[in-house]
Amino acid sequence: MSDQSIDYDVEFRAITKRFGSLVAVNGVSLKVRKGEFLSLLGPSGCGKTTSLRMIAGFEQPDEGELLIGGSDAVGIPPYRRDVNTVFQQYALFPHMSILDNVCYGLKQRKVSRRERRAKAGEALELVQLTGRDSHRPAMLSGGQQQRVALARALVMNPRVLLLDEPLGALDLKLRKEMQIELKRIQDQVGITFIYVTHDQEEALSMSDRVAVMSNGVIEQLDTPRAIYDHPLTAFVADFIGDMNFLEGRVAESADGGYAIDAGEGVVVRGRGHPAGAAIVRVGIRPERIVVERGNGSGTANSARCEVLTKMYLGDQVQLILRLANGSEFVVREQRTSAAPAIDSLEPGDTATARWDEAAPLLMADLQPQKDGE
Amino acid sequence: MTSETIQPPKRSPRRRSFAPRYPGWLTAPSLIYYMIFFLGPLAILVVFSVATQAGFGSVSYTFSTSQFKALNDPLYIKVFRQTMLMAAGGTALTIAIGYPVAYWMSRYLTRYKTLALLLVIVPFWTSFLIRTYALKIILDPQGYLAHFVEWTGISSQFNVLYTGKAVAIGLAYNYLPLLILPVYASLERMDWKLVEAATDLGASPFKAFRQITLPLTLPGLITGALLVFIPMCGEYVIPQLLGGGQFAFVGTVIGSNFLGAQNWPFGSAMAIAFMVLLSIFVVIYIAFATREEQFGA
Ligand SMILES: Nc1ncnc2c1ncn2[C@@H]1O[C@H](COP(=O)(O)OP(=O)(O)OP(=O)(O)O)[C@@H](O)[C@H]1O
Ligand SMILES: [Mg+2]
Repeated sequence: MSDQSIDYDVEFRAITKRFGSLVAVNGVSLKVRKGEFLSLLGPSGCGKTTSLRMIAGFEQPDEGELLIGGSDAVGIPPYRRDVNTVFQQYALFPHMSILDNVCYGLKQRKVSRRERRAKAGEALELVQLTGRDSHRPAMLSGGQQQRVALARALVMNPRVLLLDEPLGALDLKLRKEMQIELKRIQDQVGITFIYVTHDQEEALSMSDRVAVMSNGVIEQLDTPRAIYDHPLTAFVADFIGDMNFLEGRVAESADGGYAIDAGEGVVVRGRGHPAGAAIVRVGIRPERIVVERGNGSGTANSARCEVLTKMYLGDQVQLILRLANGSEFVVREQRTSAAPAIDSLEPGDTATARWDEAAPLLMADLQPQKDGE
Repeated sequence: MTSETIQPPKRSPRRRSFAPRYPGWLTAPSLIYYMIFFLGPLAILVVFSVATQAGFGSVSYTFSTSQFKALNDPLYIKVFRQTMLMAAGGTALTIAIGYPVAYWMSRYLTRYKTLALLLVIVPFWTSFLIRTYALKIILDPQGYLAHFVEWTGISSQFNVLYTGKAVAIGLAYNYLPLLILPVYASLERMDWKLVEAATDLGASPFKAFRQITLPLTLPGLITGALLVFIPMCGEYVIPQLLGGGQFAFVGTVIGSNFLGAQNWPFGSAMAIAFMVLLSIFVVIYIAFATREEQFGA
C-alpha cells in the first residue's frame, strides 16, 4: 500500500462470489505483486479454486472489482485474458500430440508454424521434457503430463500463471522434485505465479508470500516465515504446522510482558500485550518446548505433565503430553544425537515441559484482513 | 539373499482363475436361432440372385450372373444414387437436429436428464406406420401447418408433401433417436475441463467446439450417423407415403420386384448388390472406430 511504485498484476477489491446461498469467496481483497510466487493455502472448500477461476475468467464475481494488469477484468472472457492456467488433472487434449498440445495456444494467436514449433521446443526444454513431441498424452506418466501442462501454459508467456494444485496427483517423492523444479522455472521466467494448494509445507517452501484462506476469507497474507512465526489467528497457527494452545485469565500485564493463569499451576509468561479481553489464548510450537524427566514444577513456563504416547517420525521423536491442567501438548525433538534426551521418557512417566518467554504467541480472534497488502 | 537356488513355486493343480468360465455349448440355442433366421434367408437370397426367372412368379434354379448384369442400367444406377443421396440428406438433417439436442441434454440438463432421454425414446413405442401417417397429416398442403406458414408469409405456397423435402423430414424424424443416443453417450464421457483449457489458451467457444468437443465426440457421431444412414437407405414406407411414390428408393424397387413384378431373382440380386455397397460404409466405420479408440474417453 505504502509503496506506490510496486506494480500489481492481479488485484481483488472486496470480491464476493456466491453459489446459490453458499458464499464461496467472501469480500476478499488481495494484491498480487509483479513476478511474485503467491500461494493460496487453505482447507478443502475454503474458496481457493473459486478465486483462481475468477482470475482465469471461468467465474465472474458477484460483488467487488477484479483488476488484471491494472485494468478492469470483470466480464472479459477467458480467451481474451492474458492469464493461463495449469489444471490439476492436466486437461491435456487427448487427441493431439504433445507438440500440438503445447502449440495449441500459439495457434489460436495465429503465430506462424515455424515460430510455434521453436517456442514450443523451448518450453518443453524448460520443463525438461524433450523427445516426446509426437507422443499422445496418454502415453506419458503423470509427472510428464504435468510438465506438458506446464509447458502448454508457459509457452503463452502470460502475465500471470495460475496453478490449481498442480502436484496434487503425484506421489510424494515426485511432488518434492516438482516443487523444486517449479520454483526454478518461476525464477527463470519471472512470470507471476498464483499457486493453489492445501499442502502447507508446499506453500511455505515455494512461495514469496502465502495467503491463508478459511471459509471464503483470507485470514493472513504474509511471507512464509512471518506466517509460521507470527500467526495472527488461532486458525492460521493451527493450520500451518502444529500448535499447542493454552487458554486462561490474564493475571498480570506490564511493560511488554504478561502472565496467564491456565489453571492447576500452569502459568504462561510471554512478551507482548494481550489486547483487551480477560481470557486470552496463546500458542506454543512443539519444537520450542523442552521436556525433562522429573517433577520440577511451580514456576512460570514450566508445567508438570504425564507422557501419553511416544512416536518415532524418522528424523524426530514425538511425545504427546497431558499437562496438569488437562491440556494435551505435542513435543518433538530432532534425533541429532544417538540418544536424544526425550527418548529416555516412556508413556506413563511424569515429566516437566519447559519453554522460554519468546515461545508463547498471543492469538487474536479472527479479524479478516481489510487490506490485502 | 542366501546362495540356495530358488525353486520356482510349484503350481498347484487345483489353482485356477476366478474369472467365470462357461462351457461353449451354452451359446448353441442363440447360434441355431441365428443360423436359421438370419443366415438362412440370406442363403436363400443368394440362391435366388443367381437363378433366372422362368415365367411370372416362378424360378428356375441355375447359376447365372445375368441378374447382376441387368443391374448395370442407367435406370437402376439412378435409383441407387438417388437412394444414397436422399439417405445422406436425411442423415445430415438428423445430425443438424440431433447433435444440438444431445449437446443440450448432456451439458445443460441436470434434474430432467432422464426425463429428456425418455422423451427421445418414447416415439419408438408407437407404430412407425402411425407416426408416418401423422406426419403426412401435418405436412398436408391443406393442414394447419400449411395455413400457419402461409399466414406468416414465410412462403405463399406450402407444398412439402410428396416432395424430397417431405421424405427428408420423415427420415430425420423417424431416425432421430438412433442418432441422439450414441452422440449423447459420447458427450456424457466428454471431459469439459478440456474445453476450459482450450478457452484458457485463447480459443473462442466456437473454435473450442470445433477443435476439441467435435473431434472427441466424433466416434459417437459417426456411430449415430451410420446407425441412421444404413436403415435410411433401406427405407420403403417413408418414400412411399411422404414421397407419393415419386421417390423410388432401392427398397421400393426391390419391393415391387418381389410383390409386383414377381421377379424374385432380380429383386434378390438388387438386394445383395445394395448390401455389398452398404457394407463398404460399415468397413470404413470399423476402421475409423478402432483408430479412434486409442484416445476415446
Ligand atoms: N460451480 C459450483 N456450484 C456450486 N458450488 C460450488 C461451485 N464451485 C464451488 N462451489 C462451492 O464453493 C466452495 C468453495 O469451493 P472451491 O472449489 O473454491 O474450494 P477449494 O478451496 O478449491 O477446495 P479444494 O481444496 O477442495 O479444491 C465449496 O463449498 C464448493 O462446494
Ligand atoms: Mg480446489
